[in-house]
Formats: sequence, C-alpha cells, structure tokens
Amino acid sequence: MGLKVENATKKFGDFTAVDNLSLVVERGQMYGFLGANGAGKTTTFRMILGLLNQTHGTVTWNGKPITYANSPEIGYLPEERGLYPKMRVEEQLVYLAQLRKMPVAEAKREVHKWLERFEVPHYASKKVEELSKGNQQKIQLIASLIHKPSLLILDEPFSGLDPVNVGMLKSAILDFQKQGATIVFSSHRMDHVEELCDDMSILDRGKVILSGSIRDAKRSFGKHNVRIKMDQDLTGLKEIAGVEAFTKTHDGAVFRIGNESIAQTLLAASMKLGDLRHFSIEEPTLEEIFVAKVGKAHA
Amino acid sequence: MHSFWIIFKQAFLTKARTKSFIATTVIVAASFFLVANLSNIIALFDGGSEDADVLHVLDESGQLTPLLQEQLAAVDSPVQAMPTEMSETELREGISEGTIEAYIELTQAQGLAARYVTESANGMGSGADVEQAVQSMQTVLAADEIGLSQAEVSQLFSPASFEREAVAVSSKSEEELNQARGLVYVLILLIYVAVIYYPNMIAMEVANEKSSRVMEILISSVSPVKHMFAKIAGIGMLGILQMLIFGTAGYFAIKSAGTDLAGGITGVFGFSDLKISTFLFAFLFFLLGYFLYAVLAALLGSLVSRTEDVQQLMLPMMFLVIIASFIAFSGIAMPEATYVTVASYIPFFAPLVMFLRVGMLDIPLWEPLLSIAIMLVTIGVLGTIGARVYRGGVLMYGPSQSLKDIRKAIRLGDNK
Repeated sequence: MGLKVENATKKFGDFTAVDNLSLVVERGQMYGFLGANGAGKTTTFRMILGLLNQTHGTVTWNGKPITYANSPEIGYLPEERGLYPKMRVEEQLVYLAQLRKMPVAEAKREVHKWLERFEVPHYASKKVEELSKGNQQKIQLIASLIHKPSLLILDEPFSGLDPVNVGMLKSAILDFQKQGATIVFSSHRMDHVEELCDDMSILDRGKVILSGSIRDAKRSFGKHNVRIKMDQDLTGLKEIAGVEAFTKTHDGAVFRIGNESIAQTLLAASMKLGDLRHFSIEEPTLEEIFVAKVGKAHA
Repeated sequence: MHSFWIIFKQAFLTKARTKSFIATTVIVAASFFLVANLSNIIALFDGGSEDADVLHVLDESGQLTPLLQEQLAAVDSPVQAMPTEMSETELREGISEGTIEAYIELTQAQGLAARYVTESANGMGSGADVEQAVQSMQTVLAADEIGLSQAEVSQLFSPASFEREAVAVSSKSEEELNQARGLVYVLILLIYVAVIYYPNMIAMEVANEKSSRVMEILISSVSPVKHMFAKIAGIGMLGILQMLIFGTAGYFAIKSAGTDLAGGITGVFGFSDLKISTFLFAFLFFLLGYFLYAVLAALLGSLVSRTEDVQQLMLPMMFLVIIASFIAFSGIAMPEATYVTVASYIPFFAPLVMFLRVGMLDIPLWEPLLSIAIMLVTIGVLGTIGARVYRGGVLMYGPSQSLKDIRKAIRLGDNK
C-alpha cells in the first residue's frame, strides 16, 4: 500500500510539467525527491495532494485516491512559507488543525507540545510576522504535522535555515517517521536526502531519470572517487587510462574512476612519485550522481 | 460542512475583531447621533449668548420698530428687534468688535427703505427672516396708505389652492413620493456602500491569503470552492451585523434627538411612515447585491499574486457599481424613466435600481421577483465560473494581473 503514483502526467497547454511519472512509497518510509528548479517537484506534490488533477495517470494513498475526504490523513509543507502573517501562532495552528478535522482542545494541547519541543513556547501568542525565518519554519512544520497525518509531504523543508535549526527540524521529522508516518520530501540539498532517505527519485524536466534506493543508485553508478593526499604534483596521473575526471585539491587530488581496478593502478603510480599521506576509495556522492545524470540529460 | 463553519467563523471573527472594523463601526454609529443631534448641539454652544439674535434697529421715527417686531414674530423668527440709542459709528464699532451681531436702519420716505448691516455676508443666518419681515412691513404700510382694511390685505395675498393628483392607480401621491424619497435615498446609499465595501474586503482577504501563500495549505485541507463560499458567507455575516448596528444606531439617534427632529428630519426623510416592506426589500437587495459582487470579487482576488494589484483588477467591477449608483440616484427624481426600468433587470444594476423602483413606485410584485430571479441565476452562473477560476487562480503566481488570466486560471484548475 502506501503512496502510489502511476504514470502521472500533467500538461499545461503544450507544456508537459510532469511526464509519465511513477513511484511507490511504502508506508513508514522516508522518500526523497530530487530535482533542479522547474523539474516538476512542486507540480508532482500538487498532484499528490489533489490540488491539481493529473492529465493522465493515478495517485492513490493506501489504495484510495486522495480527495478532500481523506485530507486529515495528509500533511503538507509548501515550498514557499505559507502562514497568516498577522495571526497569532497558537490561533493559527489551531485553525489549520481544525481544517484537518482535529478537535480544538486536542489541537491546543498539540500546539503547546510542539512549541515546547522546538524550545519556543513563548511564541504561542506572537504574530508570525514577528518571528525570524527559522522560527517561522518551525511553525510551518508544526502546521503540517500537528493533526498527525499518516502521509507528510514536505517541499524544501530546510531551505534557507541555519544548521542549528536544520538539525532541530531534521530530528523532529525523523521522530515523526518513527511514529509510523510516511514522509515524502523534496530538496536540492543532496546531503539531506542522503542522510534521511532510503529511497529517492531524481526528476529532470518532468521525467524520472533515476529512482530506487540510494545504495543501489550508488552501486549502479559504477564510479568511484580516489582521494590521494601528498605533496607532489599529481597532475600527470590523470593521463592514466580509466581516469574520468581529475580535481586538484589543496593537499592532493581526487580522481573519478569508472572501474575499481583503476584504483590499484593509481596507488602504484602515486607511490612512485613520493611519500603518500592518504589514499582512499570513496563512494560517489548523491550530488555527483545527480550532476552526472541531470547534466547528461541536458546535454 | 464542518470545515465550512470553521472557515465561516474564522472569516467573521478575525475581521470583526480588527481594530479598524470596531473603529469604523463606532465612528459611523456615533456620527449618526452627531448628525441627528446637530441642532441640539449647536443650540448648546449658542445657548450662552442671547445677544446673538438681537437686532439693533436705527429708527428715527420710532414708529417702525414695533411693526418690525410684529412681522418678525409673524414669521416665527428668533430675531429680537430692539430700538437702539447708539449712533451708527458706535454700532459699526460694535460689529467689528463682535459685541453686536447686526443692525438695521429703517427709513420711510417714498416707501420703506432698509439697510441691514452685519460683519460678513453670511454673518447672521436670520437675514432672510429680516428681509421677509421688512417686505411684509412694506405691504402693510402700503396697504395702509391706500386705505385697505386688514381683511382686504389678506384677501389680496391669499394663495390659490393647488393640488396634484395622479391618474394611475398604482402611482403614489406626490406626498407619499416625497416621504419615500428620503428613506429610499438613505437605503440606496447603504446598499451602495455595502456592495463596494464588503466585496472589496473579500478580494483583499483572498489576495492576502494568496500572497502570504497560506492559501496552498488551506486548499490542500479544504476544497477551494468551499473555502470561497465560506469566506463569502462569513464576510456577509459581518456585513449584516454591521448594518444591523448602523440601523439600530440610526433609529436610536433619531429617537434621542427629541420631538423637534423626529418631526423635522424624519419627516423630511420619510421615517415617520416606516414601511416594513421597504426595509425587507432593502435587506434582500443588499444580500443579493453583496453575493453577486462578492463572487466577482473573490474571482478577481484569486487572480492577483500581490495585494497591491487588487485595486487595479477590481476597477471594472467598481465601474459597474458606480454606474448602478448613477442610475439609482438620478432615478430618485424620476423613478418611472425607461432607462431606470430597463436597468432594474440588469443583474449588476438591479440591487440598487430595482430597489429604487420598489421603494418609490407601487409596481406589481412580479417585477422585483423577476429581477431577483435574474440576479439569482447570475449569482449561480458567476458562482460556477468563479469557483473554476478560483480553483486555478489560487495556485497561479506571476507578475501579470489582467482579466486575460481568467482563461489561464480555468485551464489550470480544470479537471481535464
């Protein structure tokens, strides 16, 4: 069960914003959605939420189409901060929770519980516009999950926040997942996706160009990085067959190789140059995969 | 239905609690009391200085002053004519210094001559009274000279009897029309203000929710159509409440003004002969007019991305209301004109114009009912289109803000 998107396509006139997208998010999973700006992430979310009707395809949550009837099961944090600037925090959160069919008394309890957790209980009676961006985002996150949704959709939840706030939100989201919620979130920060998600999709111009578990993605990418630290100049080594890219660093260099066996050749060659301080074979980062995949698609 | 009431309550309460709403309500209600009691208040300030109404009379013969007093009394003037011992120079000084309000010099040579002197041309409001009294004096003196008796004089000046009567059974008598006119005028003004003020509030609200992006959260919880209609109903309730407060305040303001005004202003405005049906129609047309324009305003509000752009897009709608008010206000003088009749069936003008006709004329019931039916259909059609535009419009962000966006919004919100 869980969230199932099958062959979803959304066209605006002649423009295809999302092209034949399919994905499955199992219950209780944290799913990452990667894509450059304009790749179709927000349109996909809007289709999942039922704000936009797909041109073709189906979207179901636990086997049922998502409509306003099951809106209490869904939570949403939009990409742009969306709160009433002039309304007080508590009043606002209770109102939004009520719209998702949570009783007032319970909503009030939850508001205070969450404000405590984010160490901002004194904000209950403040207007949203008086809060800093990071604190507004805390309120925004509370608004998306206060009614205890089983499916939580977060569009760029960490953008523009300082590391302390990112850490706080991350741990809250992880805890919420542990309680059984299914979470889909988009980001252009690969490290966040890498850290939080098991599965992910990379979207480019409306198409899924890579999808599945992050581990599989890395393995199938087939490329590794060799990091070498030594004082001698390593530029000559980039001529070795199998080295696909060479990046000079302040204390050595990083080589991208298509085949793990090349690493041995590099090791032997570098040891001939002088004293080796550091040698390591690293997995590709998600960022490299993203740049390689999306870059290729654009070429 | 549950969420409908939550949004309804929210729309109503947040607006009703704002300082601007409370202040507007209090100020307008207070101004009713102020206007109704204006003459009492003015009297309060004038009360101390009775001199204000004293008119010094320079009359060498000494014969004319009693005659002037008599004629002033005949026209119910508050002016007290007093013979003076002062010279003209002293009187002039008195006027400049403000101790004397006015004086008059009366001489009788070839007929009566009078010179009325005040500080400025608009100094003494009772100048007209004095002039009338002097004119009457002249008549009396002239009659006296010719040797006419008092009875002959009054015969000479007795007015002809002039009565108006309309043949049509339905038409109201001139007297009734005059009575209705004031009330209808005030109520049209209220409807006019209401169909501008509250729909504007809705457009601002919608644009606000859109620009603060809270809209996306709202419509992911509740359908946009439900959101739109709950909002319209909530603000509508606010309008009804405010109008009720104004109505009650107006009623008590007139009551508080005492018998003098109740007979004066209320007589002029026709409040003494309160017609329940006029008020019922006013309420009905207020509601229909509100819904008609509110749906339009919500539609327009959903198209803009910034609240600054609301007014620009609302302009065509404002023109409709303003044209309706022109027709209605000009129609007060001639409610039977053809253009008024025609306009009363055009849905955007009907709330003002049909109300004018119902209030001023005895038209058969089917006419307002037909007009109401036309309005209901229009509201239905606009509601359907509005809901479609709204659905897409609230998701649409961009710099443009023209009516062309309606098509784009419908396409975005459409099911297929």
